[in-house]
Amino acid sequence: MFLRTVWLVTRKDLLIEVRSREILYTTVFFAVSCALVFAFGFVREGQPLGDAAAGILWIAIAFSGTLALGRAFERERQSETLRALMMAPVDRPALYVGKLVGVLLLLGAVEVVVVPLVALMFQAPLFAHPVLMAGLLGAGTVGFAAVGTLFAAMLVRARSRDVLLPILLYPITIPVIIAGVRGTGALLQADVDLPTARLWLSMLVFFDVVFITIALWTFEPAMTE
Amino acid sequence: MTPLDFSSLRFTDVSRHFGRRRVLSGVSFRCDAGELIAVLGPNGAGKSTLLSIAATLLDPSSGEVHYGEYTAGDAGGELRGRIGLLGHDLYIYPELSAAENLLFFGRIYRLPGVEERVEAALHRAGLAGRDDPVATFSRGMRQRLALERALLHDPKLVLLDEPFTGLDDAAIVALRDRLTALRGRGCMVLVTTHDLETIDGLVDRAIVLQKGRVAEIAPGAGSLRERYRRLCGAGS
Repeated sequence: MFLRTVWLVTRKDLLIEVRSREILYTTVFFAVSCALVFAFGFVREGQPLGDAAAGILWIAIAFSGTLALGRAFERERQSETLRALMMAPVDRPALYVGKLVGVLLLLGAVEVVVVPLVALMFQAPLFAHPVLMAGLLGAGTVGFAAVGTLFAAMLVRARSRDVLLPILLYPITIPVIIAGVRGTGALLQADVDLPTARLWLSMLVFFDVVFITIALWTFEPAMTE
Repeated sequence: MTPLDFSSLRFTDVSRHFGRRRVLSGVSFRCDAGELIAVLGPNGAGKSTLLSIAATLLDPSSGEVHYGEYTAGDAGGELRGRIGLLGHDLYIYPELSAAENLLFFGRIYRLPGVEERVEAALHRAGLAGRDDPVATFSRGMRQRLALERALLHDPKLVLLDEPFTGLDDAAIVALRDRLTALRGRGCMVLVTTHDLETIDGLVDRAIVLQKGRVAEIAPGAGSLRERYRRLCGAGS
């Protein structure tokens, strides 16, 4: 039943997104703009400065993720549909996971565009170790979105939610961003450091487990007004 | 699995405050199966807060709410599945069609024969054959759809916040008939409204919230509005 609820919520979110394409277009546009702006600053005469690519990739993902999280819950606020969902006789954490999966699919679509773009503009070998890179991106995105989905849901009725979301989200997800940047950096350096990349990937998986456990545990009490 | 059943809603000394602002103060009343109660009061009197508490969406600051022998804490999701709430906001997704909205909520509520129920609900709402997004509907059409969403799962306790808003004459008559039918089926119905003429003669009792406290309008001579004004003072 839990998984069926997750599927229903995710499918509903995707159906709405397919109709409006509002979040996908805005987040992809924002992530691409972000990568382009940084490219102007960190690429001189065709050569990127230092190992900027890893940091820029994760900044683009985090910023566009924040945008997607805000909009995903703004939809639930407009007609107070989140209240209707909270009234349903289902496990409330399943609603959280359903929203989380929807956000993850959107961020996955953003990454499909932004990763090749960063690889191209910064001449970064992001596809040299595809499995490890995909693992870092996947685990990092899950950790970021897990915290973000919880905070976005909690803030849905707050008046200054647009300001509060990044203020709350970034400090908590700093470990995820650092692990993502360091792990990606280890794969991009001239002398590829696979053990370090694996270590950061393990750290990301650990953060994911901690964040998702806390989110599942706190979602119901946090959503009860 | 037998659905959770209860035959009364009981508020006992319920208070609710938001920060330093006290919205409900020692509210006590009872609604039994087959009873239709109007909850009246001026704007900001706490009517929606009272309905949110009855819907288990809001915890009271003090006091207790009992659904038969259960409390919201005891019965959780099973109890929520027996409550139908039509809020001031309509709780429907404007990007989806009427059928998609009802199918989504029907499946979330795990209703048997959900397609047939949705079809019947769309007919009742006069929205059969409308495949366009709800965003294109008029306020009255959205209100009718929201009412069907709230009643799709045959709730035992029905909470309706301003259900007559935006409805035309025919829809008002249909809603009055629907409320009568709900009462006949043994549902407990709480309705908030400012449209006293529409519910006059329909409701069994009317209670008034004023400054967070509850008072009952006594049956007697005069229309519901006249008795309401007598209780609240002229001009309220």
